[in-house]
Amino acid sequence: MASLFTGFMTDTWVAATMVAVVAGVVGFFVVLRGSSFVAHAIPHGSFGGAAGAALLVGVDGTILGISGTIAGLFVFAVAGALGIGWLGRRGRHDVATALSLVMMLGLGFLFLSWSGQYADALYSLLFGEVFGIPASDLLPMAVLGLLCVVGIASLFRPLMLSSVLPEVGEARGVRAGWVETGFLMVVALATTMTVPVVGVLLMFSLMLGPAAASRSVTSNPRAALAMSVGIAVLTVWIGIVLSYASNWPLGFFVGVSGAVWFVAGRAWAWRRRIRGVPLAA
Amino acid sequence: MSALVPSDGAATLDGEAPATLEVSGVTVSVSGREVLRDVSFRLAPGQLTALIGSNGAGKTTLFRVILGLQAPTAGTILVDGHPRARRNPMIGYVPQRVFLDPDMPLRARDVVSLGLDGHRLGLGLRRHADQRRRVEEMLGAVDALRFADSRVGNLSGGEQQRVLIAHALVSRPRLLILDEPLANLDLRAEREVVDLLGRITRDQGISVLISAHDMNPLLPVMHRLVYLARGRAATGTVEEVVRPEVLSDLYGQHVDVLRVHDRILVVAGADERLPAGLRHAGSAAGAAPHTERWEP
Ligand SMILES: Nc1ncnc2c1ncn2[C@@H]1O[C@H](COP(=O)(O)OP(=O)(O)OP(=O)(O)O)[C@@H](O)[C@H]1O
Ligand SMILES: [Mg+2]
Repeated sequence: MASLFTGFMTDTWVAATMVAVVAGVVGFFVVLRGSSFVAHAIPHGSFGGAAGAALLVGVDGTILGISGTIAGLFVFAVAGALGIGWLGRRGRHDVATALSLVMMLGLGFLFLSWSGQYADALYSLLFGEVFGIPASDLLPMAVLGLLCVVGIASLFRPLMLSSVLPEVGEARGVRAGWVETGFLMVVALATTMTVPVVGVLLMFSLMLGPAAASRSVTSNPRAALAMSVGIAVLTVWIGIVLSYASNWPLGFFVGVSGAVWFVAGRAWAWRRRIRGVPLAA
Repeated sequence: MSALVPSDGAATLDGEAPATLEVSGVTVSVSGREVLRDVSFRLAPGQLTALIGSNGAGKTTLFRVILGLQAPTAGTILVDGHPRARRNPMIGYVPQRVFLDPDMPLRARDVVSLGLDGHRLGLGLRRHADQRRRVEEMLGAVDALRFADSRVGNLSGGEQQRVLIAHALVSRPRLLILDEPLANLDLRAEREVVDLLGRITRDQGISVLISAHDMNPLLPVMHRLVYLARGRAATGTVEEVVRPEVLSDLYGQHVDVLRVHDRILVVAGADERLPAGLRHAGSAAGAAPHTERWEP
């Protein structure tokens, strides 16, 4: 176990911890706003960008000094977020989300069929490559992660108000459309930085599980946000250790623990109700 | 418009106190249909005004125009003498339908705090002592201290209504607008909220505008009313407006006003009792006066 903290493993710990913090922070509002579908669509759709980048510069190529995968994910995630925001203001939000998702997926498959040799890289985008993060990716990841955290922290109160009482927010000058766009951009940035590490599927589970569990435990919004981050970090840490020890994929552990946290949170809420502990608990 | 429909002139407002809200000649068309026509009224500080109208009469539409969420086709709105701005801290607002997720990690006191600084950027971790005190004070004013730390989505309808009133009032607005705050409340909760609104109007010296489809629960506390029907409004005190001549003119058909004990019933006149096909045509949707409901 000594090598768990040496060499490339240091990068793994750093990258995974950053991912967990971002997933916990963003996930809190994904669950609060009932935006799970958006949080599903943007990461899944953005794989098309990575496929496109691979077509342009090769699987390990770079664009402007940034890894092609990250650049491609970024472009597609942002475009998808803007598309969802724009269409969503004009029609049903879930339909807008679905339309954007299939557009991006369609393009992704087209790029895949053109390049014809992308299957392995695609696999790692779906499930992540936490043990193979290039050291050069850490800086762009840290920048994006910081943007996400700062974005959510500054939008915290307007997001809260416009999620809970949208009309009241509008009347006080909090434009629901702008807040929504800001939030979607944060989801896009979070996608770009987390997907290469934990993959599309686990990103989703890491955003929802901890956030859903924490809201069952505390009714204080800021405490719930902090707890969501804590649980997400704990999840990836436990996942890394178990995955290292067992040689099973990290994805398995993160995916399972997402569901476990959720069930644990519900059980906590249920216990609270049964025991008649005040709801403020 | 007939002279029988009273409309506020400057003369009806006593003294020099400027109107908190002045609505003049507001007309609103939505997808080609005129929902409100030439609606004018003024609200004075320290007065509670009821906006009475049946479903679809245009109450929510009028509120949205006052709040600046929707532009009127014609007419002007002055809030405290100034043209209304989109972000208007002078107006507190409680919308008609609020759904609060029971699992949401948000306590009653958080909702009230959002009324103070929900439009500001940042986490709001450091609140000044006087902001904290203001939130406590407001929770006390609406009698919500007992459940201040409960999840707001778990509270009963009446409790949520009180929390939302505190949310709207905490920033010290000059005008408080409540859209159907009594809908879905039982008699006891209804009385509690009405008493609370009367007390707030008195103690805070603000204008309160409350919409309702039934005026009776509000009679003990209301100073004036704005009666909406067929897109037009009649304004004044209950004695001035709730009269057969005025309401018949407003509805465009004969209407009787009955007073039974302390309740007022507005009932459609003779032609309303004819079969639907024989009623005189041309009355707009939502124009028919409804029979006030009887409460045992
Ligand atoms: N966006 C819209 N598009 C089409 N019609 C609209 C729109 N908004 C309002 N209306 C119409 O305007 C009329 C007034 O609606 P409004 O919601 O203001 O009524 P209300 O008095 O609040 O009714 P309720 O008591 O049912 O809440 C209704 O007939 C409604 O159909
Ligand atoms: Mg309404």
